Amino acid sequence: MLEVNHLDVVFRTYGGEVKAVRDVSFHVDHGEIVAIVGESGSGKSVTVKTIAGLMQSENAEIRNGNVLLNGTDLLKMTEKELRKVKGSTMTMVFQDSMTSLNPTMKVGKQIEESIKEHTGLSKSERKDKVITILKQVGIPNPELRAEQYPHEFSGGMRQRVMIAIALACNPELLIADEPTTALDVTIQAQILDLLKGLQANYNTSIILITHDLGVVAETAKKVIVMYAGMVVEKAPVDQIFKHPGHPYTEGLINSMPDVSTDKNERLIPIEGSPPDLFSPPTGCPFVSRCKYAMEVCEHHIPPEFEVKYNHFSRCWLHDERAGVNHFNANKEGEETDQK
Amino acid sequence: MQIKRVKKLTKNKKILEVKNLKKYFPQNKTESVKAVDDVSFHVLEGETFGLVGESGSGKSTLGKVITGIIPATEGEIIYNGQLLDSYKGNEKKRVNREIQMIFQDPQSSLNPRMRILDIIAEGIDAHKLALGKKRKEAVYATMQQVGLNPDFIKRYPREFSGGQRQRIGIARAIAVDPKFIVADEPISALDVSIQAQVINLFEDLKKENELTYLFIAHDLSMVKYISDRVGVMYLGKIMEIAKSEDLFENTLHPYTKALISAIPNIESANNPKKENGRILLEGDPPNPLHPPSGCRFRKRCPLAMDICKEQVPQMREAEKDHWVACHLYNK
Repeated sequence: MLEVNHLDVVFRTYGGEVKAVRDVSFHVDHGEIVAIVGESGSGKSVTVKTIAGLMQSENAEIRNGNVLLNGTDLLKMTEKELRKVKGSTMTMVFQDSMTSLNPTMKVGKQIEESIKEHTGLSKSERKDKVITILKQVGIPNPELRAEQYPHEFSGGMRQRVMIAIALACNPELLIADEPTTALDVTIQAQILDLLKGLQANYNTSIILITHDLGVVAETAKKVIVMYAGMVVEKAPVDQIFKHPGHPYTEGLINSMPDVSTDKNERLIPIEGSPPDLFSPPTGCPFVSRCKYAMEVCEHHIPPEFEVKYNHFSRCWLHDERAGVNHFNANKEGEETDQK
Repeated sequence: MQIKRVKKLTKNKKILEVKNLKKYFPQNKTESVKAVDDVSFHVLEGETFGLVGESGSGKSTLGKVITGIIPATEGEIIYNGQLLDSYKGNEKKRVNREIQMIFQDPQSSLNPRMRILDIIAEGIDAHKLALGKKRKEAVYATMQQVGLNPDFIKRYPREFSGGQRQRIGIARAIAVDPKFIVADEPISALDVSIQAQVINLFEDLKKENELTYLFIAHDLSMVKYISDRVGVMYLGKIMEIAKSEDLFENTLHPYTKALISAIPNIESANNPKKENGRILLEGDPPNPLHPPSGCRFRKRCPLAMDICKEQVPQMREAEKDHWVACHLYNK
């Protein structure tokens, strides 16, 4: 349904060009929840903002690539055409609901605005629709709540309102940029439950951006791991935690204690910090922090290797010339397991 | 790799004891927010005591009251067997040096116009611990200990990454050779791959400098990993205190149960069919200005009874070293 091909986005700044997104490709199927994970500065937000058509600022430039939504290229659309798509076929939910909602406008009115823009419903029909949607996202007393202002809502409730606005026109694709990061865990569980319900009941496709691998495991079907502007690994969720195909993903999984981690075990961090995107390394962006780095990694950006069916990794270790190593040994081990 | 923990716990010496501590923030003439309401607990020397709770539970306020950043409304804080307020003169200075705090956001807790040398030496200067060359040497040594390159001594905070800035915050706290450190969400502003680096640093420093930590956080898996004992706060009250393993394996309080079951877990990806038994709490935490009568959790509690409305549950030792404030465990 959504296809992103070889996307390159740069920011022009006084300090030079920042290569925020480099050669990013992935696709999202109908009714699929896809998670994008990565640290701050990995380009995950820029990627989805480009998809949502929010990257037309003066210093951002889309160098290369295309974004196909149901076969049409969003990047070639005129402003007017794009407006039709935005909000109806595809909508976005942001991280911080306090700054994304208009503080001087009643919540019901803000939801109604989106319906007014995209449908021909009459005023009273729109009012009814607002109440239905508020109910759908689990807000008690919708009639009363629609007449209130954002500051009268709690953080979790405001995030529900954001989702309500996004749902107003039954979008096929919902992009949620860290929708639960600002929330407490018990409220996060409620919101994730709501998102999963949408996907199950309305077959909505969802792109979920997060930095929490636990959230990924519980909600998504497919994961895209980004690092320094590049997609380093793409895999089905049940695959990636058992058999990560990239040293960065492996490092992330190892560095997190989970509830069952033994206290006497020492955490295994990824040493160092992410590269400077003004002058990214000529080779693999992860090379300086990778414990398996080889000479080739310093000079050449690794291509995507298909490690397994639908499991891609940008790592030279999967090249046959790398010989038997940690990663492909892993794979063979598993095959013998299956026999 | 195995780390040997400081085996001081056997001594069971209470380095810090908090008794019936209250911190109210008046909103107007009649009402006040009871951010910390009648809280009692203790921290043993050499242990890490984790304090968890959601936003608004009062955990940060509690940390600030203990370090003396804000005064308590009522109650006692006993440090090394003596009331904190009763220390005078040089003794008071020593205690102020021994209790240090590390903050959540290294971006806003470091003065952007000061060089690293002066930031880390702030405590050394305030307590007149070293001057001139000795002062610089002390900063050098501290920087090395927290894994910062001492060549960066003349740089400004903005020239460092988030993880490095948190190391500066830690260096500033340990430069004065403290005994007790209150760390308020020290890793929540950091990226996942950096968090483990900082946690390992905390563990190393604890061993090398024989520190005691009060570790405030909302990330339960991290708290379980780093703490010996954990206290769970909800709306100004401590609901449950237990040894870290006990709290997770033998959870007593319904709120703690809900909190633990809400942690998103990597394991669930491997068995998607399995029902994870998640307890979804209804609604939001109540307004702290008007908390419910009786137990503060009762409106969201799946097991609430009549008595929960009428009586505030008191802390009792339901099992050995496992304290809980819940009417379900009345004997």
